[in-house]
Amino acid sequence: MRAFIPAYQLVTPQSLSEALTIVASDGGAWRPFAGGTDLMVLLEAGKLPHKNYLNIWNLSELRGIEVSDAYVSLGALTTYTEVHNHEILRAEFPMLCQAAKETGGIAIQNRGTLGGNIVNASPAADSPPALLAYDAELELVSKHGERRVPYLKFHTGYKQMDIRPDELLRAIRLPRAPNQLTQYYRKVGTRKAQAISKVCFAAVGSMNDGKIESVRIALGSIAPIPLRCVQTENALRNQTIDSLAAARDALGSEISPIDDLRSTRDYRLRVSLNLLEDFINELSV
Amino acid sequence: MQRMVEITFSVNNESKTLKVYPMERLLDVLREQLRLTGTKEGCGEGECGACSVMIDGQIVNSCLVPVAQIDGAEIKTIEGVATGDQLHAVQQAFIECGGAQCGICTPGMVMAAVSLLEKNPQPSDVDIRNGLAGNLCRCTGYMKIFESVLRACRQPGVSDAT
Repeated sequence: MRAFIPAYQLVTPQSLSEALTIVASDGGAWRPFAGGTDLMVLLEAGKLPHKNYLNIWNLSELRGIEVSDAYVSLGALTTYTEVHNHEILRAEFPMLCQAAKETGGIAIQNRGTLGGNIVNASPAADSPPALLAYDAELELVSKHGERRVPYLKFHTGYKQMDIRPDELLRAIRLPRAPNQLTQYYRKVGTRKAQAISKVCFAAVGSMNDGKIESVRIALGSIAPIPLRCVQTENALRNQTIDSLAAARDALGSEISPIDDLRSTRDYRLRVSLNLLEDFINELSV
Repeated sequence: MQRMVEITFSVNNESKTLKVYPMERLLDVLREQLRLTGTKEGCGEGECGACSVMIDGQIVNSCLVPVAQIDGAEIKTIEGVATGDQLHAVQQAFIECGGAQCGICTPGMVMAAVSLLEKNPQPSDVDIRNGLAGNLCRCTGYMKIFESVLRACRQPGVSDAT
């Protein structure tokens, strides 16, 4: 049943510094509210227990895509539309652009933000696997200053994250130069548009002298968190592409897919292994 | 119980100042306070596109926008698509091609199509399918809707018929 709307607070700070003062007050009673594409769904379903929100949508300090020699830094409020319209992201980070293009329809892509996709912490979100494969870094900000967290370490359990109530996600930093790497991204859902993933697979890698040299693999919808599959990567490194058995075993033990309304454990496992194989085939081309 | 706040925004080029609860859905404010009932509610969770409107020229699901976030914005709804009695090329094409059946998805479809043609006046078949991917229709099977959008593109001056 629908929530009682007058019980909800949505205050609009005029600057990032005002926002940080508010989130630091009242013992963590205030939570950020960006494009609303996840929170409004819960509100309408009467499943939004928290009542006090901070409307960060207009904070310019959290917007914009900055490009330097070493990094592309995306403000937390960068929308999916802004991601897949950005020339440098399209050229160098096509997996992220594909994830953005395959999340919801255009109306969702105009409102949904990259930062929201991260801190909403759904294991079925589509941008986290790409961000993990790109070895992204998060920039968190509070009244006391900034700190950086490797994205690999950010999700610590189902909907649990390394972020304090007085902190906001300010930006996502992607190290440049994945150009020499093969990039492979596949979202498997019920239909092409407007579907939530059954399995999402993102990987980058390179070959040298017939052997796999570098590789980073991450999956979504197959564990309580978006998962970087480090054991699978270790099993692949320095191997030729026809010795995949160890990597298949590693992936099978590293992920923990479940039966739910969107898919089954068995299907997700099978598809994950098939996508691993497809990625390796692509790597060798 | 939270206090109501005053917000000012424009709807179809008319300025409005309203008292609202900040978390009210833009959809409800349009339909119930402003009586602009052309915008429909379908799923209420951003899947079907029936409630599509434009905020500052961008297509959005009005069921997912808390009204506090449109303070100062320009909203366009289906009521603002025609110019007086002159239908937009997309609306005319929907009539001519049978693009509407039961009609619940139609305002959202028209908004999404108008938005698509504003950004891309000569879309390919694939562009049209992508542009309307966030709008569900349970009657037409979509083909007549795609045909309507294609016909609208052939009208002279569609790119500036906004």
